Amino acid sequence: MTYSYFPGCTLKNKAKDLDFYARECAKVLGFELEEIDEWQCCGAVYPQASDEIATKLSSVRALADAKKKGQDLVTVCSACHHVIKRVNDDMANVEDIRTKVNNYMAFDEPYLGETKVLHYLEVLRDVVGFDKIREKTVNPLKGRKIGAYYGCMLLRPSMTMQFDDPENPTIIEDFIRALGAEPVVYPMRNECCGGYISLKEKQMASNMVDQIMASAAYKGAQELITACPLCMYNLRCNGTKEGLPVTYFTELLAEALGIKEEVRA
Amino acid sequence: MKTVTSDEIRAIAGVDTRKCMKCGKCSASCPAYNEMDIRPHQFVSYVQNGDVEALMNSKSIWKCLSCFACVERCPRDVKPAKLIEAVRLSVIRQRDENYLSPDEIPALLDEETPQQLLASAFRKYRK
Repeated sequence: MTYSYFPGCTLKNKAKDLDFYARECAKVLGFELEEIDEWQCCGAVYPQASDEIATKLSSVRALADAKKKGQDLVTVCSACHHVIKRVNDDMANVEDIRTKVNNYMAFDEPYLGETKVLHYLEVLRDVVGFDKIREKTVNPLKGRKIGAYYGCMLLRPSMTMQFDDPENPTIIEDFIRALGAEPVVYPMRNECCGGYISLKEKQMASNMVDQIMASAAYKGAQELITACPLCMYNLRCNGTKEGLPVTYFTELLAEALGIKEEVRA
Repeated sequence: MKTVTSDEIRAIAGVDTRKCMKCGKCSASCPAYNEMDIRPHQFVSYVQNGDVEALMNSKSIWKCLSCFACVERCPRDVKPAKLIEAVRLSVIRQRDENYLSPDEIPALLDEETPQQLLASAFRKYRK
């Protein structure tokens, strides 16, 4: 299976590991990520206002490109996934936005939200299957207690994201279990880390990070994984106390599949 | 700064404030609640009562995290985050009302700042 792949701005820069391991693991698991030509940054924040059109165009360009190739669109970054999936929902269901965007874009045929948008974790769960991942795990992460940090953007609003139960998600815990490690459930795993405001409201972001780290440590987690480069930055850099180590879920996957050292070399 | 009307806010947000039954679940769910001078459930009442000026001058519009906890948990599908966003936009869409200047950026960066943070800050704070 070949997917249109939207890496996003940060995966080309500060979050290279998130991107690199995603591509390498896909090869082992039997699917291909074909990067969309000339993709443009999604803007990192979904434009919620009903009269925002220009800020939705970069997502629509990527979605229309995938439609032309007859491929589903895959993202790894939580923010890109959130923005593109919600813009796609607007194109499918909001007449005013759909009309204005299509009038502006003047595609050969109008884009009406046809492309299916998937997060990499959804491909692992629904296409590859966690059983298959368990079979392919040559280096089970035995004895490791790992907390999933979901944050906000993968889960909410669940009506549109349709990712998992927004209050009691299980997908990343199931993923951790498939790799042979022990998932640790903790109350703050779907609470916002305050990533967006960490530029100008550092103190506020620090408090939130401290609470998340304390919650995870209290329940016995020894490390955390995330799919979001902004959560990664905030959790790693903005807490006031020594926090748990945080890695990208794709790096953990590469480790379990036994390719981490090899592909790095 | 020119004050916009409640109708304009409702139109930008696409929200019907009359649906609110004042249960307070939005504010109870809000991780930024303690930092806000006007709380998410109050945004709904203020818009309903026509006091948009107070909202436009509120520091809450710069504290909202866009985490959608309030949207997810509202039993009446009022979407308070969309109202907060509409008020924020009605401020930064006006001349000289940006909340972030490119000149501030160098002092705010550190070694690890991801591109995503800058992209989202410019979306939230500036037009």
